[in-house]
Amino acid sequence: MIEVIRLSSTETIDAVDTPDAATDEDNTDAVRAAMLGELTDELGDALVGSHIAAGVDITVRVDAEAWAETAAFLKDGMGFAYFNFLSAIDWLPALGRDMDSQVDLSLERAEQTDAQDATAAQDATAADTAGNASSSEAMEQGFAGGNSRFQVFARVNDVVTHRAITIKADVDEVSLTVPSWVPVYAGANWHEREAWEMFGIHFEGHPGLRHIYLPGAFEGYPLRKDYPLLARRIKPWPGIVDVELMPTDDAEVDG
Amino acid sequence: MTTVTNREQLKYISAQAADARVNLEIETEGMTLNIGPQHPATHGTLRIVAKLDGEQVIAADPVMGYMHRGYEKLSEVRTYPQVTTLINRIDWLGSFANEVPFILAAEQLMEVEAPPRAQWIRTLLFEMSRIANVVLFLGDMAVQVGAVTPVFFAFRDREHVLNQIEAATGGRFHPNFDRIGGLKDDLPRGWIVETKQAMKKMRAFCDEIEDLVMGNEIFQARTRGIGVVPADIGLSYGLSGANIRGSGVDWDVRRDGTTGLGGLVHKELDWRVWTHPDGDSFSRFWVRLQEVRESTKMIDQLLDGIPSGSIMAKVPRIIKVPAGEAFVETENPLGVMGYYVVSKGGLAPFRVKIRSASFNNMSITPWLLTGVYVPDIITILGSLYFILGDIDR
Repeated sequence: MIEVIRLSSTETIDAVDTPDAATDEDNTDAVRAAMLGELTDELGDALVGSHIAAGVDITVRVDAEAWAETAAFLKDGMGFAYFNFLSAIDWLPALGRDMDSQVDLSLERAEQTDAQDATAAQDATAADTAGNASSSEAMEQGFAGGNSRFQVFARVNDVVTHRAITIKADVDEVSLTVPSWVPVYAGANWHEREAWEMFGIHFEGHPGLRHIYLPGAFEGYPLRKDYPLLARRIKPWPGIVDVELMPTDDAEVDG
Repeated sequence: MTTVTNREQLKYISAQAADARVNLEIETEGMTLNIGPQHPATHGTLRIVAKLDGEQVIAADPVMGYMHRGYEKLSEVRTYPQVTTLINRIDWLGSFANEVPFILAAEQLMEVEAPPRAQWIRTLLFEMSRIANVVLFLGDMAVQVGAVTPVFFAFRDREHVLNQIEAATGGRFHPNFDRIGGLKDDLPRGWIVETKQAMKKMRAFCDEIEDLVMGNEIFQARTRGIGVVPADIGLSYGLSGANIRGSGVDWDVRRDGTTGLGGLVHKELDWRVWTHPDGDSFSRFWVRLQEVRESTKMIDQLLDGIPSGSIMAKVPRIIKVPAGEAFVETENPLGVMGYYVVSKGGLAPFRVKIRSASFNNMSITPWLLTGVYVPDIITILGSLYFILGDIDR
């Protein structure tokens, strides 16, 4: 007889079987408020905005200079050892063919700029600044506010107490530079390479900002809102047509 | 028979690996080994450029992007229901699980909750896609270390699950079945009984793999002490799923999740999270095998307890998601997958950040492959278990 050793039985492997220590209480708004208080004490004025989505999540916005320091405090001071992700948002209103209007907004914008050129007729910078002003007027940042077109955001978890937090920071529009998180969270390396490639945000102190997905000679930053998606510029939106009512449907379901 | 947990030997091997990391100064004229882009160990097209000193890797650099499809950009010009078609193709072995966190994020923003029956069936299909995915790993891992037979067993037995997914959703690989507020359809007649039988077959498959692969001396020699990930390193790289539980971190989003748990019912089931203290390739395999077993048990409970009622909440026909931001992560077959959805109140999301499991899981490879020997590269890549669509998105 061949003796079969079942490796999955707990007798042969002393796998740790810790009972479910954390409960739902670890995940309430009171805990989130306490987290916010702890961060406010540490960062002071560098914490410029916060948002607690009731019962769900917490977002904190910090000053770009304090971006790396925040990461270090989260990891060493508050126990957020788990690096979840890091990315960026471009808050510029989307150009191109908008779905609701079926109008190519970038063409409209170009026409407007042309008109301004014709009236102002001094120099190209005047039209540029006018265009920028109108775009930043319509710009509206999300949770925890913001003042800049680009924001970096990252999320870290605490795997012991099961808490998580999203951190945001405004990126200076001229230098487009924020400190790197790689010295604190090694996993930020590839995420920062991706954000650099897709948004053109530079991470100071990163060991090697190289292209991660795109070929080395690629020009432009694809996830910026002013980078055109040509397929949508030349073809009408395919999504609206297929929501016609079926013969059996009630008309009042339509919201 | 040799003892299966030879801790002394394990310590010795990992100490050797650590030494190799330090002894980089005795560098000779090295060579560069190019692995991929087409290689059976890569589940897609990944290239690894390894600089070698003799048989030892001194630097490894994964080159991605062969499958980059730009889903984050494409999601910005699609309606919410259209996005699920795209994201089905991220992790193509467990497609249904890709849809769930995105739908839950949209539901969270719309403040819609799926009816109980939809939540149970959603959890059921979520766990079935885990089995369909991880079963292939269990066979495939053996191929990486030289045993060809188990992968055929895996392909054979995976069909039982895929057939059930197809019967319920209409799609073997890309169900596209999850909807904001519920599911596309109810289960077909006779499905529950057939699924129970399929689960019995999957448990038999697990026993078979355990006897055939895990108890095999060669398999153990090739995987034990190879690619050891200490828990703190794993956490700072954001490893998830069995990769982090194989390093002894008792963390599973199904049980410990912080966001968006309204749409899945794992907390109502009786199951446990498996961890393994070693952190090597073997422990990652071991944890995944236990998780498949655990999933089959979960599915049995789910099948017994499906509540009656509607499968779709009342949602507007044209879905407009109110302005806001939501991040929802779930424990997918490959690890934690999350979507950060930013809405400005339109028909299409303003920005979707896809946090895929394999991207983080692979980001540890430059660190992990440094100092290992050439044959172990494949073992380590296989045991980390990534799918290229999940890295490149």
